[in-house]
Amino acid sequence: MATIIIPTPLRKYTNQNRKFETTEDNLSDAIQQFIDEYPEVKQNLLDEDGNVRSYIKLYIGDEEVNPAENGSTQLTDDTEVSIVPAIAGGTEL
Amino acid sequence: MKVRISFDALQQMHKHAETDYPNECCGFFYGLEGDIRQVRITRKVENAKEGDQRRRFQIAPKDYQEAEKYAIDHDLDLLGVYHSHPDHPAEPSEHDRKVAMPWFSYIIISVQDGEAVKTRSWQLNNERQFEEETVETEEFTTK
Repeated sequence: MATIIIPTPLRKYTNQNRKFETTEDNLSDAIQQFIDEYPEVKQNLLDEDGNVRSYIKLYIGDEEVNPAENGSTQLTDDTEVSIVPAIAGGTEL
Repeated sequence: MKVRISFDALQQMHKHAETDYPNECCGFFYGLEGDIRQVRITRKVENAKEGDQRRRFQIAPKDYQEAEKYAIDHDLDLLGVYHSHPDHPAEPSEHDRKVAMPWFSYIIISVQDGEAVKTRSWQLNNERQFEEETVETEEFTTK
């Protein structure tokens, strides 16, 4: 089963689990299964249109993926999908 | 919500903020989660924002992933992110709020004329608004 790596800030919604093993074999279904398992993740992972929020990136290895564009990406047993917050900020311009 | 920062960690954040002035600096901090968050270690990260860094910071995804790995390898909690506000108050901007993650503490250091003058910490509530955390400074015995 492929694995979703959960970042620290989202673990409050995943019973502190660091990983989620999905039985799905493509990216979109895997993310949906993850959200079905931990519904509170949804508002912090997806925007109102159901897309991954702009300040969160998904990676398979070094490659950025996005369910909206690469949703059919096939996952194998050793695939790790990392959820990575794009940390940014700054003062008012 | 209370954050207790070791003297050394606070000094490191201040030094980083002053060294990078007038640009914004950024980094992670680690420690132990509990009723009071205990900040013990800081790790500097390069500001990956392209262009003018005086009003913006950004952390590269690779640096974030390494930060998570460091926490696991050292059996510490990744507690949050610090950054500086050169010549601005230690208060989160709307830009800070929009891209903030839940649970993390966001420590902001105000640097005025090159000197770190104020350190405050903030955390998102369930309505995605920042609430200020009480900051205490303490010297820990880490050995």
